[in-house]
Amino acid sequence: MTGLVEVRNLIVRFSGERTVHAVNDVDLTLEQGEVLGLLGESGSGKSVTLRALMRLLPKKRAQISGSISIGGRDVLALDDDQLSAFRGQVVSMIFQEPGLALDPVYTIGDQIAETVMRHEGRSRSEAMARALDMLEVVRIPSAKRRLASYPHEMSGGMRQRAMIALALACRPKLLLADEPTTALDATVQIQILLLLRELQREFGMSIIFVTHDIGVATEICDRISVMYAGQIVETGACRDIVRTPAHPYPRGLLASTVRGARRDAPLGAIPGAPPSLDVAPVNCSFAPRCPNAEARCLAARPPAIEVAPGHLASCVLAQPASSEPLPG
Amino acid sequence: MGTRGHLLEPIVDRGGAAQPLLTVQGLTKHFPVRGGLFTQRKTVRAVDDVSFVVHKGETVGIVGESGCGKSTTARLLMHLIDRDLGDILYDGMAVGADLSLRELRRGMQMVFQDSYASLNPRLTLEDSIAFGPKVHGLADRPARVLARELLDKVGLRPEVFAGRYPHEISGGQRQRVNIARALALSPRLVILDEAVSALDKSVEAQVLNLLAELKREFGLTYIFISHDLDVVRYISDRVLVMYLGEVVELGPVERLWETPAHPYTRALLAAMPSMDPDRRTESAPLAGDPPNPIDPPAACRFHTRCPFAEPICGTVAPRLATLGADGHQVACHLSTPGSGHSRAPSELARKG
Repeated sequence: MTGLVEVRNLIVRFSGERTVHAVNDVDLTLEQGEVLGLLGESGSGKSVTLRALMRLLPKKRAQISGSISIGGRDVLALDDDQLSAFRGQVVSMIFQEPGLALDPVYTIGDQIAETVMRHEGRSRSEAMARALDMLEVVRIPSAKRRLASYPHEMSGGMRQRAMIALALACRPKLLLADEPTTALDATVQIQILLLLRELQREFGMSIIFVTHDIGVATEICDRISVMYAGQIVETGACRDIVRTPAHPYPRGLLASTVRGARRDAPLGAIPGAPPSLDVAPVNCSFAPRCPNAEARCLAARPPAIEVAPGHLASCVLAQPASSEPLPG
Repeated sequence: MGTRGHLLEPIVDRGGAAQPLLTVQGLTKHFPVRGGLFTQRKTVRAVDDVSFVVHKGETVGIVGESGCGKSTTARLLMHLIDRDLGDILYDGMAVGADLSLRELRRGMQMVFQDSYASLNPRLTLEDSIAFGPKVHGLADRPARVLARELLDKVGLRPEVFAGRYPHEISGGQRQRVNIARALALSPRLVILDEAVSALDKSVEAQVLNLLAELKREFGLTYIFISHDLDVVRYISDRVLVMYLGEVVELGPVERLWETPAHPYTRALLAAMPSMDPDRRTESAPLAGDPPNPIDPPAACRFHTRCPFAEPICGTVAPRLATLGADGHQVACHLSTPGSGHSRAPSELARKG
């Protein structure tokens, strides 16, 4: 039974002045109605993976290989017209900066109506009614008045809601969220996370949520895939990743979280820095920083091992469905 | 620090252990906003009547959301912008007759959020760090020696990094350089304004460890400004909470986390993501965005969003009142006996 999203062997390489192997053989599956978190730090490849799903990467510089199937459609094979119809209707995206999605010279109402008219062939009045609907769904106060507002007339939190309204106007099956709450104040962030959770339940859509923040991922994701150096190093249910991670990288991340850390003791920081991605990895990318690294870690890329049903870790030391804790 | 005995004269402690390193009283800064030809001139009341002290050797955290005035406060303390009202005393002395601005710069330094914007792209890392000491009279060679020692102290091997340029290193490494540069003048107080906010979590952990180590080694005092409550709790001894230009609560860090008195502090704490997939946050503590500091609400600036607001809150501005001998203070009618709020205690509920 194929899921809503099936990504196999995704490789993205940027060429040009420098070569960057941004995504190195990524597999992803997502069922309808599921929320998957892509958790990673800068340079992990999470945003590039997301953009590849909507073919938002620069055509000339980005070489993509592998297969991406969304709703049964082969995304890499779509021509420009098909892509245009695909975006907004089957898949939609929200960003960290609403300015990337909202056109500053058109009102919010016009922008939402435009996408409804374009994708569903509605009349302008029908489309405007939908726009009003959407603004109410995302809880923008005085929605009717706001239809005539320009993006710059709204606060940060409201712009984010407007962007969500725009993204969901045509009820896409899949919403891609690229760090949508990172730039928001804490009290606004939690409002937006709760809104997304509510909308996800109400519309039954799937979400792939990119974030670097474990707390945010925990609030909204059913499953989490942890990315490092362009690869997925561990995938599992949110609970499993956050409570019992099997791969040394997420373990290191969780051990270095500030919340709950003892004040008089140093934080358990992961030493070193991620590799530069100028060559494709041939062995375990995390080995140079790993407390458990052995010779065989440098010999080949580690396979994905199922440590529990639905919980995979790419580490030679991961034990299949074992109760033995990993050393260190 | 033994190795620096021959370099810049260390700043002498003049006030003694009991004298706060920094005393801030009634600090106020308003910015005029130009309207159009026919619109009224408005004012951003960025910082209003802010008072607090920073004791020698402690770390004071300042938290608040957009528009709260924490960054403006930092710049006022550093005398990077001029205040409208209020006093700032460094070790008991105001800039003026007792203390020159130049001397203040030796005593107090700052690390900013944007690590790249803070460094001159045309100077090598060594040059950037040596710059301040040279301005203060150190000759070129000893300034370079100092720069290299500091690079080493912050975990950047001088033989590798001294000759590099800012664009050649990562964000975390740049922030280490900024910290090294801040320390080059042997300050006693370092203000860190969202210094780790732009860093990845794993890098943030490394830099926080470095800051703790340097604080111990150099006997520093920190003011740590951040929107990240987890980091503030970890690093601070006392915390100030700011809202729309005012201090709404301050006190020992654990006191604020355990028994926050101000409804805004409670909301900030409740807004943190839960970290437990089985106990997700069910409702947002506050609706709407933090309001604009242009024309803030009358009297208590938080009353328009406060679940406990009563008419008194919109007519009488609450003043900071002491709640306990541990220095816990809050500006809220809910906690102040005799304030007129229906839920105000009849007397101080807690002593010490």
